[in-house]
Amino acid sequence: MRSKIRAPLLALLIVNVLVMLLGFFTDAYVQLNILFIVVNVLMALSLNLVNGFTGQFSLGHAGFMAVGAYTAVFFVTKIYFAPGLLGLFLIGIYSIAGGLLAALAGYLVGLPSLRLRGDYLAIVTLGFGEIIRVVLLNMEFLGGPRGIAGIPPIPSIQIGSFEISSFYVAFFYASSWAVVCFFSLWRLCYSQYGLSFLGVREDEIAAEAMGVPTTKVKVRAFVLSSFFAGVAGSLMAHFTSYISPASFSFLLSVNAVIMVVLGGMGSLTGSILAAAIITVLPEALRPLQEITGVDLRMVIYALALVLIMIIRPTGLFGDREWPEIWRSWKTTRNLKKQTAAQKQSQSARSSS
Amino acid sequence: MNIDLPKTPTSQQHEVLRVENLKVDYGPIHAIKGISFSVHRGEVVSLIGSNGAGKTSTLRALSGVLPCQGSVVLNGKDITKLPSHKRVALGLAHSPEGRGVFPNLTVHENLLMGAFSINDRALIAKNLEKGFSRFPRLRERRNQLAGTLSGGEQQMVAIARALMISPELLLLDEPSLGLAPLIVSQIFEVIQELNALGTTILLVEQNARLALKKSHRAYVLETGQVKLSGFSKDLLDNDEVQKAYLGG
Repeated sequence: MRSKIRAPLLALLIVNVLVMLLGFFTDAYVQLNILFIVVNVLMALSLNLVNGFTGQFSLGHAGFMAVGAYTAVFFVTKIYFAPGLLGLFLIGIYSIAGGLLAALAGYLVGLPSLRLRGDYLAIVTLGFGEIIRVVLLNMEFLGGPRGIAGIPPIPSIQIGSFEISSFYVAFFYASSWAVVCFFSLWRLCYSQYGLSFLGVREDEIAAEAMGVPTTKVKVRAFVLSSFFAGVAGSLMAHFTSYISPASFSFLLSVNAVIMVVLGGMGSLTGSILAAAIITVLPEALRPLQEITGVDLRMVIYALALVLIMIIRPTGLFGDREWPEIWRSWKTTRNLKKQTAAQKQSQSARSSS
Repeated sequence: MNIDLPKTPTSQQHEVLRVENLKVDYGPIHAIKGISFSVHRGEVVSLIGSNGAGKTSTLRALSGVLPCQGSVVLNGKDITKLPSHKRVALGLAHSPEGRGVFPNLTVHENLLMGAFSINDRALIAKNLEKGFSRFPRLRERRNQLAGTLSGGEQQMVAIARALMISPELLLLDEPSLGLAPLIVSQIFEVIQELNALGTTILLVEQNARLALKKSHRAYVLETGQVKLSGFSKDLLDNDEVQKAYLGG
């Protein structure tokens, strides 16, 4: 048991120490972007389970995030909220509630629609995302089109005379979710049971013939993915302090798909990298606008995406994970060194 | 080259599979119009017939990939309404047409997929070892992606994968499809070996002559109905079969 939770705890510790060090040199703008990276990591990881591992093309991720976000926000603004440690605890409970409701939505959407394949599933999930958005537009008690403003941020925590600022608490909270998501998906996907996701992706009929209950497997992947999407939505609500139906437009779903495709379908570590790139790139290009006076940001952003997909059509990591890529890169480098050394010794011999 | 067939089992032996009045529809099209047949323990039974006769549909209905009407009884248990994963758990293994290996999974992972319905790790390891010793070629290539193997090797993967559950009945769909004659005869040797070791096999084949030579009994399907049935030896000499399937 101890060894099972050691790796996640270590990962959590490392990212938090890194961000704490980073926090000394950065302003609120950079800090907010760091938080968005974590939200997007959660979003991309959860979508990768469906789009990457199980091979089902879902375009409705924003819908599930909306369900999670609105649920959490409803509890925080209308039911009960307190500052300090209790507040963090409550936010945690509400996030889980948002995730569970999103998972329920995922179950209801998934059960009938996951019998469809490919493009048809994409259209159904796309439709679902839009339905959620339109329903929220017309729900007056949730703010309707005006949305809900003044969502409390993650509270700062007072320990004696020492105060942990809101940013660190928020990062700790968000990264805990990301770590939970990453390790649970990792353990799931690379287990004997996880093979069934890949089987469904590769050849559904063969998987069925192997005794994989394919519809069940797909629904399970969809429900788990929706749960984490809902949690990601609730985090996003707290970090932006304002949500409206427009925050969960079709574009958000597309963004999530871009992250999954860019990182590599079926690579969890790839999704993390891609989520970071997609979050940082548009922001990093902002100064360009000040220099040139024209908004070249999106042009370059799009161009960069096109280039990456031309150079690496299967995404940055393909369907492999970082440790594997690192190892194979090292072996090729060693091989190159060896052949170079051999050539040198040969040429030295021939010249003598 | 030619391994002698084990003695033809008699009909008194245990019936592994009994199919009565099986019907499969694709929308308004009746692909299978009520066929009945049985497979006894220790037999190789082949279903032969031309394109569109309903051979593959029959196998898919048996393994539960296609919905069907009629009755399918495996070892005395009615499985007609069971979903496919429960049929696998009862010992029905299906090696689908066109090999159906998972191209982007390694050989090893492909075999593990075959054992999906087994929870016993020790048993999985044992069956994996058995599979690798039956197909040493696969052991060499266990970490290679199945899609990069040759056709014959992929067929070996498909058979080894189906054997992972030590099946009561092995459904083989066109193991000779798209393979060179030499490889086909190797594959059929394996099939005979498996049968000699006690595996009951229901074989679907386009290559009627080969199928009849290597099976005990056979059913000839034509447009969704059983046209002829009997011992394979007799069917080989049958005039009608000769004319229609064996090229005179």
